[in-house]
Amino acid sequence: MKKVMMGNHALSYGAMLSRSQVISAYPITPQTQVVELLSEMCADGTLDAQFIKVESEHSAMASCIGASVAGARAFTATSAQGLALMHEMLHWAAGGRHPIVMGNINRSMAPGWSIWTDQNDSLSQRDTGWMQFYCASNQEVVDTVIQAFKVAERLMIPAMVVLDAFALSHTYEVVDVPDQKLVDRYLPPFKPEIKLTPADPRAFGGLTGSEHYMELRYKLEKDMEKAPALIEETGREYEKLFGRNLGLVDAYRCEDAEFVFVTSGTAGYTARVAVDELRASGVKAGNLRIKVFRPFPFDRVREVLAKAKKAAVVDRNCSYGVGGIFYQEVKSAVYGRPGMPPIFGYIAGLGGRDIMVDSFKEVAADAMGKDRAEEEIVWIGVKK
Amino acid sequence: MSTDVTKEKKFTMTLPADELMACGHLACQGCGATLAMRYMLKALGQKTILCIPACCWAVIDGPYPYSSMDVPIYHCAFETAASTATGVKAGLEMTGDTETTVVAWAGDGGTFDIGIQALSGAAERNEDIIYVCYDNEAYMNTGIQRSSATPYGAWTTTTPVKHFKTRPKKDIVAIMAAHRIPYIATASVSHPEDFFKKMKKAKDIKGTRFFHVYAPCPTGWKSRPEDTIKLARMAVQNGYFPLYEIENGEKTTLNLKLKERKPVDDYLRLQGRFRHLSPEQIAVVQAEVDERWERLMKGCAA
Amino acid sequence: MRPKKAKKIVFNSAEEMPLMICSVGHQTHNLTGAWRNIRPEIDRSKCIKCGICWKFCPEPSIDVVDEWPVVDYDYCKGCGICAEECPAKCIVMVEERK
Repeated sequence: MKKVMMGNHALSYGAMLSRSQVISAYPITPQTQVVELLSEMCADGTLDAQFIKVESEHSAMASCIGASVAGARAFTATSAQGLALMHEMLHWAAGGRHPIVMGNINRSMAPGWSIWTDQNDSLSQRDTGWMQFYCASNQEVVDTVIQAFKVAERLMIPAMVVLDAFALSHTYEVVDVPDQKLVDRYLPPFKPEIKLTPADPRAFGGLTGSEHYMELRYKLEKDMEKAPALIEETGREYEKLFGRNLGLVDAYRCEDAEFVFVTSGTAGYTARVAVDELRASGVKAGNLRIKVFRPFPFDRVREVLAKAKKAAVVDRNCSYGVGGIFYQEVKSAVYGRPGMPPIFGYIAGLGGRDIMVDSFKEVAADAMGKDRAEEEIVWIGVKK
Repeated sequence: MSTDVTKEKKFTMTLPADELMACGHLACQGCGATLAMRYMLKALGQKTILCIPACCWAVIDGPYPYSSMDVPIYHCAFETAASTATGVKAGLEMTGDTETTVVAWAGDGGTFDIGIQALSGAAERNEDIIYVCYDNEAYMNTGIQRSSATPYGAWTTTTPVKHFKTRPKKDIVAIMAAHRIPYIATASVSHPEDFFKKMKKAKDIKGTRFFHVYAPCPTGWKSRPEDTIKLARMAVQNGYFPLYEIENGEKTTLNLKLKERKPVDDYLRLQGRFRHLSPEQIAVVQAEVDERWERLMKGCAA
Repeated sequence: MRPKKAKKIVFNSAEEMPLMICSVGHQTHNLTGAWRNIRPEIDRSKCIKCGICWKFCPEPSIDVVDEWPVVDYDYCKGCGICAEECPAKCIVMVEERK
C-alpha cells in the first residue's frame, strides 16, 4: 500500500512492521516525529509494544539493552547530542551482543547548536561495534529497518539506520509500505537462546580478565565479518518478497565509469543528477553510494573502483586532524591493490549546508584537473 | 544451660533456610553488603532478576565465567541500575513474564550520585521495580572515595583527615518520598527480620519500591570485621539510621520506636574513619542525628 | 543452591565460550577458607541453638546439620561476626593452624 510520508515516519513504520516490543526513547530535534508516531501506534493498539518515556538518551539505550537481554525486540531513535550521550551504552550494546535497532537522524554536533545535517554524530560511533546503514530515500528507510532487525538478530549485533536531518527526515516521499504478513514471513519473532530468565540463572557481563576478554571481542569481530554476505543474502530474500533489493552499495552507471563519485546519504542521490549531466557533456561519470558503512563493504567498493580511473569521495563529515571519514576508509580499502585509481577527498555540506549538483561538478572539475591529490582534502562551498 | 535439653532442641531460624547465594564469593571479611543481599533474596525467592551496576557487588558475585547466585544477574553500567531494570521489566512483560521480580541493586555511589537521574526517572514513571541501595557510605569498590552518602566527619581517600567531609549526607529517602512512589523502607543488616518482612511486603506492591539498606564496610570504615552487625545495630539504636517506611510519599511509619537514643560516641569510636574527630566535631554529628530524628518524629505524627 | 566446590572452567577456544558474555560455572570453586587467619570454634556444650551465628554469617558458611550449627571451613573467611554476636559466648576465634 502506497503512502506519502516523511523519513521519520518511515522509521516508525519500519519499527512497527518489525513488531518491536519495547521502544524506549527521548525526544530530540529532528527525531521527534519518529517517537511521536510510535507513541500513537502503541496507544491505539496498532503496535503491541511498551513505550518507555525515559528521561535521557543514555537511559533509552540502557533500557533497550535491559529489554533485549530479557528477550524482547527493542528499538529506539535519536540524533547528534542524544547519540553522543548514548556513546557508553553503544559500546555496551555491541559488546554485550544485544541486537537492538536504532534510527539515527544525522545532525551536526554542537557547539554551536545546529539541527541540520552532517554525519559526524553517527560516524563518531563507528568503533563501537554497531552496524551502520545509510539511507537515501524513505522507501529505503522502511525496508532497511526491517532488514536490520533480521541481520542484527542473526548475528546478535546491534544496527543503526541513519538518515539525513531534514533532507530526508522531514522530506515527504511516496513509500510502498510492506505488507505485515510478508514482513512476518521475512522476519521471525526474536527468540534468543540465552537471556535473562530465572529458569536459567546466569550472570551477564561479570568482571572479565585478560585471559577471556580478547576472545569475546574476537568473536564479535568474526561475527561482524559475516555481515556483508548476510546483508546481501537477506537483501535478495527481501527482493523476492517485496521487489526491492537491499545490498551493501548502490552503484549508479559505474560499469563503464572512468570517474566515480563516492557518496552516502541523500547527497548520493544528488550525485546521480550530476553524473547524468556530466555524461551528457561527455564525461564517463558514475556514482558509488555506500549504503552499509559498518561493516565496511571492502569487496563491493574495490569491485567498483577497480574499473575507474579516478574516484572522488565526498564526505559530509570531518575527523579533525585526518579529514573525511569515508575518504580514509575508501583509501584504506584500495591501498596496495594493483589497478586501483587515485582517490581524492572532498568535504561538503557540514552543518546542513546544501550539497548541490554544482558542488559535484566542482568536485569533478577539481579531481579531473589533477593527477594526484595536492591538498589532501578540499573543502567545497566554504568561504576560506 | 543443660546440654540434655539442648540436644533435643530444634535449631532456631528466624528466616527461611533456603539460600540463593552460595559461598566462594569475593566479599571482604565481615561485609555488610553480602548480608543485605542474602536477606533480600530470602524474601524475594528465586523468580528474581538483579540489575547490578558498578559497585562492590559487581565484583563480589565472582568473575566471568562464574556466578555465586541462583538468580540471574545483569551487570550494567554504573549509572544505569534503574534504567536497565526498567528495560528488563518491560522486556519480561512483553515476552509473557509478569511474575518475575526485577531488582536494581546498587551501592550508594550508583544511587545518590551517578545513578540518581535514572532512579528519579524510573520513580517518576513509577516503574514496576524494586530499587535497593546498599549504603556503605563511600565509593568502596574503587578504594574508598567519598560519595554524597558519606556522612559529616568521615575520612575517605578524597576527604583526607585535614579536609574531612563537612557536607551532610544526602537525604535520599526524602528525595524518593518527593516522587510519591508507593513504598519506601529503610533497613539494616542488624535487623534482618525487619528487612525480610518489609521486602516481603514490597514484593506484592506494584510500582517503584525503594529500599535504603545500611551495610557497614570494615574495609572502608576502618572497623573490625566482627563489628559489622554491632555497628549496624548501634546506628539504628542511636537514631543515626532509623528503621521506617513511607507509603505513597506521605504516610511514615516508624518500625522501631526508641524510647531513649544512645549517644553517637560509642558508634563513632569503633570506626577508624572517625578517629580524628574532636569533641566539638562529634557534637556536630550528634546535633545532626538529633535534628534528623526530630524531623522524622514530626513526619510520623503528621 | 549452587553445588559446593564446583569445577573450574577452562575454555580451549573462543568457540567454546557462549556468544553472550555470561557465566557458565559456579563461583563455589573458589575456596575462600584460604583467606582465614583465625577460625571460629563452636562449643556445643554451651550452644543454645539460637540461630544467630547462622543468621549473621556473610558467606554464608555456617550450615545447619542435625539441628547444630557447623562451620564450613572450606569457605569461612574468619570474619568473627559469629563469635561476636553469639549470645551464649560459645564461639571462640582461634589462630588458624598452618
